[in-house]
Amino acid sequence: MTTAAKNVRRRVVPVAALIGAGTLLLTACSGSGDGSGGSAPTEFSYLSLAENTAVQDTLTGLSTGACATQQEALPLSITTQPQAGIDQQLQLLGGQGALPVVFAAGNSPQVIKDLDSGGQVLDIGSTFDDLGIADDIIPAAKSTIEALYGSQIVLPTEFNVEGIWYNKKIFADNGIQAPATWDDLLAASDSLKAAGVTPLSTAGKDGWPVTRLLGNYIYRTLGPDAMQKVADGEAKLTDPEYVAAAQAVADLGAAGDFGPSVGSIDYTTAVNQFVNGEAGMFYMGSWILSVFNDPAQNKIGAENIGFIPFPEVEGGGGSSDQLAANIGVPLGMSASAYDEKVGDWLTCIGDNFGTDSLKNQGVITGFTVNTPVADLPPLTQTIQDAAAASPESVLWFEALFNAKATSTSQTNGSQLATGALSPADFMAKVQADLGN
Amino acid sequence: MNRVLGDWRAITILLGPALLVYTLVMLVPILWSLGYTVFEGNPITGFTFVGFDNLAHLFTDPRVLEALVFTLKYAFVLTVLQVVFGYLLSLMYVFWLRRASGLVRTLVFFPVVLPTVAVALLFQKLFEIVPQNGLVNSLLNTVGIPSVDWFSSPDSAFWVIIMMDVWRSMGFYAVLLYAGLVDIPEETLESARLDGASGWKLVRHIVIPLSLPVLLSSIIFSINGTLKVFDSILALTNGGPGSATTPLTLYMYQTSFTYGEYGYGSSIALLLTILCLIVTIFIFRSSRRDLTKG
Repeated sequence: MTTAAKNVRRRVVPVAALIGAGTLLLTACSGSGDGSGGSAPTEFSYLSLAENTAVQDTLTGLSTGACATQQEALPLSITTQPQAGIDQQLQLLGGQGALPVVFAAGNSPQVIKDLDSGGQVLDIGSTFDDLGIADDIIPAAKSTIEALYGSQIVLPTEFNVEGIWYNKKIFADNGIQAPATWDDLLAASDSLKAAGVTPLSTAGKDGWPVTRLLGNYIYRTLGPDAMQKVADGEAKLTDPEYVAAAQAVADLGAAGDFGPSVGSIDYTTAVNQFVNGEAGMFYMGSWILSVFNDPAQNKIGAENIGFIPFPEVEGGGGSSDQLAANIGVPLGMSASAYDEKVGDWLTCIGDNFGTDSLKNQGVITGFTVNTPVADLPPLTQTIQDAAAASPESVLWFEALFNAKATSTSQTNGSQLATGALSPADFMAKVQADLGN
Repeated sequence: MNRVLGDWRAITILLGPALLVYTLVMLVPILWSLGYTVFEGNPITGFTFVGFDNLAHLFTDPRVLEALVFTLKYAFVLTVLQVVFGYLLSLMYVFWLRRASGLVRTLVFFPVVLPTVAVALLFQKLFEIVPQNGLVNSLLNTVGIPSVDWFSSPDSAFWVIIMMDVWRSMGFYAVLLYAGLVDIPEETLESARLDGASGWKLVRHIVIPLSLPVLLSSIIFSINGTLKVFDSILALTNGGPGSATTPLTLYMYQTSFTYGEYGYGSSIALLLTILCLIVTIFIFRSSRRDLTKG
């Protein structure tokens, strides 16, 4: 070897070593190929909310039943994420182009809207058209999705109405009628407190069960377009009539209607309080039917549970037949992970999810129930009837907020209930983050 | 050896990989983050140039002020407590337990090796009120004090965080300071004793001045660690109730990854960096003079 060649080799070796080390590092830093994110998925990955077991159970049930063929071609794989962190998780995964095949769409509708504007979310509407299963989503669910998201970019794995569930036995034992107005509700709460029962079981720690009450009170006092006006900038949450609604919720807390230590009660504890007969009322969506229809969890019995819409407020512009409705935390799908096998899964889900969920979980979804379900639990039937009878629905408090205002509202909800934050301050904080 | 170190190729090979790793995992992200401060958006929605709007917003955002005040309060209180408790423990090891201190040192050090999240869960359970009382509330009940909802008030939540972090870290500072104390020559202590110094006098005039360098190191360690607190608070209170226990780090994380405002999140990161820099410079400057003559 000549001296010149030796010199060249001496220079090349360290440079090559450096490049090699750098490449290794960059490879280590790049996102992992977990069956999605551009390449053909190797599994039907689903990022679920840890708190929501109904969708997981239905998908698992389908994978061993109606969708067994699809399961063989593309096995279902479920990972969970607590609801409080789902927005962060989606932002991170979206930023890396590593969204799973199917994922819970996040607390704030804005998150999936952002992902959609970045071209990362599958257009469910046109995909369903292509697959020839457009009729698998009921029209009411389609219109709710479009009202929330602008277009059909999610799967309505739930179609919920919300309201107040009450313990019929406790009400009867204490001579209380199901409240029709806000004043009735306050009077019922006083009677329940006198009987040593927590009036309204509320997961203050999670925040949103408190702000749900606030949203409903606003709709009942100011009419069904009250939150749209805030979103459009025509009204502000700091306006006296909106602050008055926050005051009404804070008054419930101050009167002890949520029971002691509302700020530390999480969702599971709140549910347990009600199904163990320790609380008279419970504001929640109809997704809770899966718990109520399960005798192992529901100690008071489904026959002892009644449902009323959020009561009217005297002199208010809203009406109690305007039920609060939502599609729960729907499922979004990754556009880049979509292929024929995912399409097969989607067809199977569209055809069977509605029936399977209603039959096995007692959860009403936005999917068409293609096979009628016999022996529907009476409570589920009641809710289906109530939803059908509602001429108009309203959304929830944060439905039209951005991610920041949603987070501020939900993290401070507990303080509104405990009285640590005044109603005016609470509304000012949320309004500041709305940015309009 | 001189010939090897005089050869630039040898230097490249020896230093190159470390420098490359350092550049890739430290310098590039820092500069990248600095660049983000003049943009707004996130990788999903794209970025738009906003100039110094983000930095200006830092001065008008009430939540930044709240987080800054909490961070400083937390750093000050925790630094004082963990260094004081660590120092007291180390004095106990050296002067009281002496050779028998091995077991106690191990026990007190044990929480340091536990995962933060596990410790946070432990404290959540200890201070729990629903669905059932934790140990602390049960103890309060036995002496006739009603249960306290520790995590629903900003003040009590703050002190639970402080308690947890003191318990978790005092063992580390005790060992660090113990290493400094055992370095004090026995003859010096003996001669001080012969001169009549004992107890508090011995500690005040001999032990503290001679262990000042390691004490100062502990304070620098502590203050920099506590200003950057993240995991313990995220796991214990998640910044709540509301945003009352949200330090700058958590607010930065929420802003970037929950609200999707990478630019403003990076501006908060810049504020935190400047804060750490100021505090470190302040401590280093004050340590330049001979503290033993203080």
